[in-house]
Amino acid sequence: MTDNIIEIKKLSKSFSVSFKEPGIKGTFKHFFKRRTKEKTVVNDIDLKIKKGEIVGFLGANGAGKTTILKILCGLLYPSKGYISVAGYCPYERKAPFLKKISLIMGQKQQLIWDLPPIESFYLNAAIYGIKKSEAKKRIKKLSEMLDINQELYLPVRKLSLGQRMKAELLAALIHNPSILFLDEPTLGLDINAQANLREFLQKYNKETGATILLTSHYMKDITYLSKRVICIHEGYKTYDGKLEKLLTQLSPNKDLTIICKTKNDISRLKKFGFQIKNVNDYEITLTIKKTEIKKILKDILNNFDIDDLHINEPPIDEIIGKILINKKY
Amino acid sequence: MNNLTQNKIITLLQIQYSNMLEYRAEIALWAISGVIPFFMLNIWTNNNLNESINISDIMLSRYFLSAFFVRQFSVVWVVFTFEEDALLGKVSPYLIQPLHPFFRYFAQHIAEQVTRFPFALLISFIFFLFNPISFWIPNINILILSIISTFLSFLIQFLMQSIIASFCFWTEKASSFEKLLFLPTLFLSGLLAPVQSFPSYVKSWIFFTPFPYLIDFPASILSGNKVNLISGFLVQIIWVLLFLLIFKRIWTLGVKKYTAMGL
Repeated sequence: MTDNIIEIKKLSKSFSVSFKEPGIKGTFKHFFKRRTKEKTVVNDIDLKIKKGEIVGFLGANGAGKTTILKILCGLLYPSKGYISVAGYCPYERKAPFLKKISLIMGQKQQLIWDLPPIESFYLNAAIYGIKKSEAKKRIKKLSEMLDINQELYLPVRKLSLGQRMKAELLAALIHNPSILFLDEPTLGLDINAQANLREFLQKYNKETGATILLTSHYMKDITYLSKRVICIHEGYKTYDGKLEKLLTQLSPNKDLTIICKTKNDISRLKKFGFQIKNVNDYEITLTIKKTEIKKILKDILNNFDIDDLHINEPPIDEIIGKILINKKY
Repeated sequence: MNNLTQNKIITLLQIQYSNMLEYRAEIALWAISGVIPFFMLNIWTNNNLNESINISDIMLSRYFLSAFFVRQFSVVWVVFTFEEDALLGKVSPYLIQPLHPFFRYFAQHIAEQVTRFPFALLISFIFFLFNPISFWIPNINILILSIISTFLSFLIQFLMQSIIASFCFWTEKASSFEKLLFLPTLFLSGLLAPVQSFPSYVKSWIFFTPFPYLIDFPASILSGNKVNLISGFLVQIIWVLLFLLIFKRIWTLGVKKYTAMGL
């Protein structure tokens, strides 16, 4: 018995895309004879995800991340390959499967625009076959977790984006899904709303053991929530593993800034054989391998009389940016 | 029907009705805009056209009022809503819920009909004020039969448009195909003239199409005109079943083509 809740083997997805040459000639050509070509957006992907994991998908726009999520939740039919999600074939969209999953899309809404969110919650509860008394309990619990109350009784059109996103989450979670597909869930939210949403998702994962698959261009979402990341580049899986390992691979060094008491110490440090990044009066910045940092720090503290030191890592956005342009890691 | 299914249906209808009430002014205008049969009645009576088909002024008035009522409760717009939802990506969340998306649209239509009801009653009240000689109250049997045939007419039209709406999986402008249905529905359904007034060569083939069963058949029942009830209902049911089968087949094929646009 495997504990993988999601399994994909050799998954591929192609779309037929029509293209048109510019200008009036191209317009007429396009009118009389449409030219199409096959575009493969997901290529031979193999994947196994364990129950309760939070997995982040990284990749540039159009890399194929969202297409994979759409296939996994049953919205799209794959062109090739084997998929199993919670023991079901997603694109058959069987009711027991649909009751186990939820898809949340940033900026896209399923709430009824002119009615208060509470009406949409009761509608969703009925659709998922939840009794009204049970639905009330779940709405109460989730609204406490999400810290929304009065907003439930205002028309959706009157809510702020952050309030609406919370209500969207509540609507999507009312049936207690065990697998969540989140596509850019924090898109357009302010910093506080993003942080609240991340905290909520982490809490939900801990309390319910739900598996969460997430795509986001906000690196904070990925670093806060996911230990495991999957990098997608032009439809191919280019990395699958721990986020820490990926960060070490992409950025193996740290900057060590030392403020010395004398210029003599600066000269001695220069002779130690370190890679020097910058020297400024009594301040010297060295670039050091992450794996050697403990040993080097010990040596420096034992041999030099220093005023202060700082260890700096390159900003995570800068590191992740490399993922979007690099193919292999 | 178990309690949960019952709860699903009632909640769906209640919420769609609440939603429709938000648009009550718009629905009132839609109800008023459906007064074509009254214009047609005016043209017919002012030109004494009814004499050619041997139907009295009173029966003609009742026919067109009934046609107005049938039209009010069989108006279908699913193709436009579905097309918009498909283009904006709103269909995606519906597709991954354990309820066929068309049940939502179906509930919206029913909710809209309930919202239209008082406006339709008000318009008929005004009609009788100006035309008191035509006043009648159909007996309960006729009322039930006409409600059933109007509902079947609504089902036929809903399924026809749902089939067209399913073309959204192949083309972004499926509603253009609806134009092909609009003209025959307008001219052949009995909205502009009772089918019995049509030329013989039209009558020789029109009953093989679903159109006379959309307005003429239910309106004739309600207004008390002579109709063959058994064959009329049978044909309506056959069209419902046929369109249901076609819809299911096209939906199954189309949903495989879905690209989740706008998502």
